[in-house]
This record gives sequence, structure tokens and C-alpha cells, in this order.
Amino acid sequence: MSNKFKEQFRIILTHCFVIALGVTMLYPVIWMIISSFKPNNMIFSDTNLIPKALTLENYTSGWKGYAGTTFGTFFINSLGLCAVAVCANLVSCTMAAYAFGRLKFAAKNFWFSVMMITLMLPGHVTLVPRYILFNTFGWVGSYLPMIVPKLLATDAFFVFLLVQFIRGLPKDLDEAAIIDGCGKVGIFFRIVIPLAGPAMVTTALFTFLWTWDDFFNHLLYLTSPAQFTVSRALRTFVGDAGAVSNWGGALAMATLAMIPSFILFFALQKYFVQGIATTGIKG
Amino acid sequence: MKKFFKDNFIPYMFLLPWLVGIFALTVYPMFSSLYMSFTDYDFTKPNSTQWIGFGNYIRMFGGLFGITEFTASSGKVMNVDPYYLKSLTVTFTYVLSSVPLKLVFALLVAVIMNQKLKFVSFYRAVYYIPTLLGGSVAIAVLWRKLFEKDGLINGILSAVGFTDLPGWITNPQYALGTLVILSVWQFGSSMIIFLAGLKQIPDEYYEAASVDGANRLRQFFAITVPSLTPVILFNLVMQMISAFQVFTQAYIIGGGKGGVLNSTLFYTLHLYLQGWTYHEMGYASAMAWVLLLIIGALTAVIFRSSSSWVSYGSGE
Repeated sequence: MSNKFKEQFRIILTHCFVIALGVTMLYPVIWMIISSFKPNNMIFSDTNLIPKALTLENYTSGWKGYAGTTFGTFFINSLGLCAVAVCANLVSCTMAAYAFGRLKFAAKNFWFSVMMITLMLPGHVTLVPRYILFNTFGWVGSYLPMIVPKLLATDAFFVFLLVQFIRGLPKDLDEAAIIDGCGKVGIFFRIVIPLAGPAMVTTALFTFLWTWDDFFNHLLYLTSPAQFTVSRALRTFVGDAGAVSNWGGALAMATLAMIPSFILFFALQKYFVQGIATTGIKG
Repeated sequence: MKKFFKDNFIPYMFLLPWLVGIFALTVYPMFSSLYMSFTDYDFTKPNSTQWIGFGNYIRMFGGLFGITEFTASSGKVMNVDPYYLKSLTVTFTYVLSSVPLKLVFALLVAVIMNQKLKFVSFYRAVYYIPTLLGGSVAIAVLWRKLFEKDGLINGILSAVGFTDLPGWITNPQYALGTLVILSVWQFGSSMIIFLAGLKQIPDEYYEAASVDGANRLRQFFAITVPSLTPVILFNLVMQMISAFQVFTQAYIIGGGKGGVLNSTLFYTLHLYLQGWTYHEMGYASAMAWVLLLIIGALTAVIFRSSSSWVSYGSGE
């Protein structure tokens, strides 16, 4: 009896600990969201979560953006880029993964190990020549340097994730399909794509989030404010030596920038866990 | 021959985009940057490019031997980069402190969450939120705001009685620390991987241990940690590789530079500034290759050492 009581007590204690830690961890984010509704002069002085006065002024002033471009444009740019990136990655990575996961061909093991090596390769060794290459093509100042690599399946993470998934699909289906006269292309469209749905959702999800949050490529390749994405715009908004006058606007736009990630995360939670647990995708 | 073609044609068609990508965007650029690392390539004046041998590498490490100026093989007089070793120190300090802290934290939280609790999936989701958002510019902006002299952290600290608080971001002693905290804060994906690993440990191990009278702490070190060593190895390597490449947070927090007294001059930030602000692309390529070698060597060391601390069980 007392043992059961002790067990109960321990579980309650664990809940308290987990909740306390969770609140501490999320406090900055919650503070940011609430502060974005506070008048600009109160953001600094007020550490409380419950604001003394509420205003939408930060959102209206922040939304104006800069250089005559509003955050409406930045959001449309980001969403458009993400949509194209997701489609490109899905097509190219699924194709490569089908070849690696299901087909037999010459030098397959060699190419597969090349793919596994690129999984760990830090992107910086290809950075300068890629930039020069894209510059020669006249692509600097456009979205092509972000999109073309996706069309060419350079994100080995997703190829690997999809290979793992496609390998796990039952082989008998292929045999049945071959008897019914289906070729390799037919199997891809009629069996692999319909069944690889979950892994493709994970791929789409992480492609979206990484493209949305990407800053480095946008810093390198986007040159005019009219084509800036949200993350690139936020950086200019904050300025160089920390000379931000409109912190309220910055926090408000930063809050808006997080909304798409939040929506996707809560809508597609199980795909997150699956994606992380099978490939150890970095955060 | 015809059969060979027939068997391979369709598979290679599926592989084609990836193959083009690997050659055009990985293999060719790698060799090209290796070549460039021995030149003083500047993309604003590519025609004056000279072969300078190991000049770029001497620029990096010359400081170690007290060299400040030297003559490259082309006869060009070059200066040693006074900030390179600083960027290396900053990055190593960051990697060596943030990765272990993050893994220990992720493991402890995972163990606590691995009990038969209600709402575990909800908690897991909440703990993942920092990881979800952490790499974004938005969070870097928030972080700068939090740790400023009149930011939230100092507001809380002064409310509980601390006085004379520094501006954490603007103080070279603490600036790097705020970035370590930012990294540890994002322990979510390591935690999820640990949780998946913990589920694989059979309950019988723990039952047998409690029959033998081992307490929870003992069980943690005698069962949990040894069983998880393969997962720890995996997390360690992945987190180390990504920690070496941190850029966005450092760039935003340092205001596009290395921060006060270059206290947050991360390797990749220094590389970016050299290549794109000063147009020293040959030098940036050399820096990238050294980074690759460092990461490769450390990964190899970790894998080598793993045979002495990773146990793959008896295998069933």
C-alpha cells in the first residue's frame, strides 16, 4: 500500500518537474509573443507576462518593412520559394531513393556509398565554387541557387530517409505487379509513390522548415529587397550594429515568422518524430 | 551488351538528377575549391589570380609560429590572418561546451520522460519547440533581446536581487556563453533519438537489477548508459558536425560581425566575411578545406575510440 503511494507521489513529482522545465524553456518564446503586443517603450521595462497595455502598433509598423517593400511581399517570397523547394525535393529525392532502394543496376553500391559520404559532408567545401558557378550563370540575385540544388537531390538526408522507407515496403507487391505486366516505371508510380506517403510527408515537412529558416543561402544569393525572404528581411530589419529603433516591430515580425513552423509542427507531429528517429535529422 | 543497357537504362534515368547534382554541385566544386585554396582567387578580379602554394594555409597557421608576414611562392608578400586562430578557439570552445552539455541534458530529460507518464507525447512536443524554431533568424533576434543589458534575463535577475548586471551579448566574457545556452536549449531532436533508444532496452534488465537491489542511480549507470552507447555515439557525431557549422545565430547576435573583441567570431562566420566581404575566395576555400579536415579527423577519432566505450549488446 505504501509502496503504491510512493509510486503515485513519484509520478506527480515527475509531472511537476516536466511542466516546470517546459514552462522555463518556453518562457522566452511566450514572452516574445506577448511583448509583440506591448507598446514599444514598455518592452524593455516589463518582464511580466501579463502586459499592462495592449496594442497592434508593432504589427502595423513592422509590416511596413523597409525600402518600400512590405512584409506581405517577404512572406509571399518565402512561401513561394518553399513551395517550389518542396516539390523539387520530392521529385528528385524520391526518384533517387527508388533507384537505391528497389532497383538493381551496375555500380549501385559505389554510388550508394558516395551518397552516404555526402550525408556528412560540411557544405562549406563546395560553397565558393558553387557561388562562382551560379554567378557565371547569372543566377546570383535570383532564387535559382536555392532551387536548382533541390531539383538535383543534393539533400542526401532525404534520399537516405526515403531509401530506408522504400526498402521496408513489402517486395511481394512488386512481384505481383511484374506478373500483371508492370515495368520499373509502373512500379514506381503505382506502388512506391502511393505507399511511400509518410516518408514523403516527412521530406516535404523538413524541406519546408529548412528552406523557411534558411538564412545563409538567402544572405549569399538574394540581393534586392523586393526578392527578400522573411528570414533575410528580418536580418536587415534588425540592422548591423544592433541599431534597432523599432524593437517592437522586429519582435512582431519575428513572431509572425514562426507561425508557419508552429502550424506544420502541430498538424504533422507524428511525421516529425518519425523523421528524427529514423535519420537523426539535425534540429 | 544490349542486355546490360536494357537493365541499367531505367535505373540510371531515376538516378540521373542525383548524379548530375553529385558531379556538378559536389564533386566538381570540391576539387575546384581545393585548387582555389592554393591561389589568391578574388572573384571581382579573376584575371589576376596567382598560384601561391601553401600561402593561404600559412596565413591561417603562421600565427602559431610567430610569423606575421611572409613571401608566398609567387613572390607576393602576404600577411598572416590575425583573427583566424581566434575563430578556431571560439568554435572549439563552443563545440566542446555545447555538445556535451546538450547531450547530457537531452539524456536526462529523455530518461525522466521515459516513464509511463500521461501526456508524454504532449510534453515531447513542447520540448521540441525550441529545436523547431532555434535555427531561425527570429530566435536569434529574440536571443539578442533577451541577453541585452536591459533585456528579459537581466530584468528577472534584478527582480530576484542581483545588481550590477552586465550586458551579456556585449560583454566579450559572456557573449559566447549565450550562444552555448541557445544551443543547449535546442536539445529536442537529441532527446527524441534518446527516447527511441530507451524504448529498446528490455524491461527485464531493470527488473533483474532491482531484484539484485540496485537503486535507480545504479541502474542508470549500469544499464541505461551502456545500452544507449550506440545512440550516444550517433548523437555525438551528428551534433558535433552541425555545431562546427553554426552561422545564423552568430551572424545575427554579432550584428553581421564577430561581436565585441571577436568573441563570437565563429569559423563559418569568419569564412563568410573573408570570402564575401573581403572577396578573398581563395583563402575562404582554404578555410573550408581545413574545416572539412578538422571535422573528418574528429569524426574518425570518435569512431576509433568508440570500440572501447560503445557496446552493441550480445546481438540477438
